[in-house]
Amino acid sequence: MHKSIVNDQKSLIKIRDLHFSHGNRKIFNGVNIDIPKGKVTAIMGPSGTGKTTLLKLIGGQLRPTRGSVEVDGLNVHKLSRTGLYKLRMRMGMLFQSGALLTDLTVYDNVAYPLREHTNLPESMIRRLVLMKLEAVGLRGARELMPSELSGGMARRVALARAIALDPMMVMYDEPFTGQDPISMGVLSQLVRRLNDAARLTSMLVSHDVEETAGISDLIYVLSGGKVIESGTPEELGVSDSPAVRQFMGGLPDGPVGFHYSAPSLTEDLLSMRGAK
Amino acid sequence: MLDALARFGRMGLEAFERLGRGHLLLLQILAGISSLLTRLGLLIAQIHSIGVRTTTIIVVSGLFVGMVLGLQGYYVLSQFAAEDSLGVMVAASLVRELGPVVTALLFAGRAGSALTAEIGLMKATEQLSGLEMMAVDPIRRILSPRFYAGFLSMPLLAALFSAVGIIGGYFVSVGLLGVDEGAFWSQMQAKIDWNEDVINGVIKSLVFGFVCSWIALFQGYDAIPTSAGVSQATTRTVVHSALAVLVLDFVLTALMFGE
Repeated sequence: MHKSIVNDQKSLIKIRDLHFSHGNRKIFNGVNIDIPKGKVTAIMGPSGTGKTTLLKLIGGQLRPTRGSVEVDGLNVHKLSRTGLYKLRMRMGMLFQSGALLTDLTVYDNVAYPLREHTNLPESMIRRLVLMKLEAVGLRGARELMPSELSGGMARRVALARAIALDPMMVMYDEPFTGQDPISMGVLSQLVRRLNDAARLTSMLVSHDVEETAGISDLIYVLSGGKVIESGTPEELGVSDSPAVRQFMGGLPDGPVGFHYSAPSLTEDLLSMRGAK
Repeated sequence: MLDALARFGRMGLEAFERLGRGHLLLLQILAGISSLLTRLGLLIAQIHSIGVRTTTIIVVSGLFVGMVLGLQGYYVLSQFAAEDSLGVMVAASLVRELGPVVTALLFAGRAGSALTAEIGLMKATEQLSGLEMMAVDPIRRILSPRFYAGFLSMPLLAALFSAVGIIGGYFVSVGLLGVDEGAFWSQMQAKIDWNEDVINGVIKSLVFGFVCSWIALFQGYDAIPTSAGVSQATTRTVVHSALAVLVLDFVLTALMFGE
């Protein structure tokens, strides 16, 4: 089923044979992902599987050890600095923390990319900012400082800023983490509505199964540095893969272990006193 | 033994790697001048933040340093009946040494630590990453204006320090200790040389401004993005800046005034 989604639509992002390591720790070991145009695609997986790292690789903030990342036909890691910055102007990104500039008001934060990259008159910028803030329901909060916003509001402002330049795609880094049920519902609906209304391509990384599955067209599940399964939410719901079943069902026992890799407990307890 | 040697080697490699990163960052910061010239507003805002907001501590410190110089100088010079030269002694000490050096130390404590904490926190809260993803180069947009503001502010602050210090010295010498006012000013005017004293002091200030701003920005940009990491980076800024200023002061003094 999902193959039809990917094949029928042209892929906006193509990730091929992606390898990446942090020091000696392998994060990705041959990842292949296609993000179809106009769809909401989720990258899911347990904590520490490198979901945020994947977004940074797509945005060109990190460089893979092997493999390629293509966005709209451009190999991100072969672009010049100017080329990369031009591409980033067409990519929006919502950081987990919001990453708002703390010394600017909500209004100025949303206006920031417009002032940096366009020569629009201030009256036009005002209209655009108010429209973007209206889209996320925070037009009335435009005079507030980021420190006066709740976590959910900060992410909505960051979303308004991410779409300020009308990008072709938006990447969401854990948009639902730490949100109350109402904020979570508001954010998930925003992601879906913005994607459809503005004809965006959305890619979100998350481990909130229910919310993410509810708005996604396609889901990739990452574990152990590889894509272990991909498909529509319905397909993943009936998957035979033990790892996918463990993750989607939130089961404590399964292929993903509770313990971080360590020598046996007996060996550790009987080792030299004082040693860490 | 081998472990200790390996640790020592690793520390050496890390130090060189850090030094390399620092120099690469400096090159990128210096290259930011091209975009800064088209947006002077950014520079002016930072001169206000880094320079103007440091004036209070500079004025108060300069006044007291000048007053102490007046007192100490009087007790030494009066033993040789040379108290009329007090103005020269106060002015030369301030313009040549204390102005540039104490200003740089105060700058590192007040503005340098603030710069490191600001940049470090921007990194920890992903603001710098956010700028990069908005296609805004944080080095050109955030670091360059702060660097040039620090570089330009330092000689102005040092000049203020010296001027206020001389006034402090004047109050104590002439007002309190009864030194002849005419002698105080005329000897100062006759003996303080524009090139030898004033310009050399300005050169020192420019060097200190360059180094202190570089250290502060690099420590913030290279900080581990945690609260402990930012705290350590801030401490390193003050310690490294103070040491760099004192060592460079000796080198510059030897070059300028050594035979």
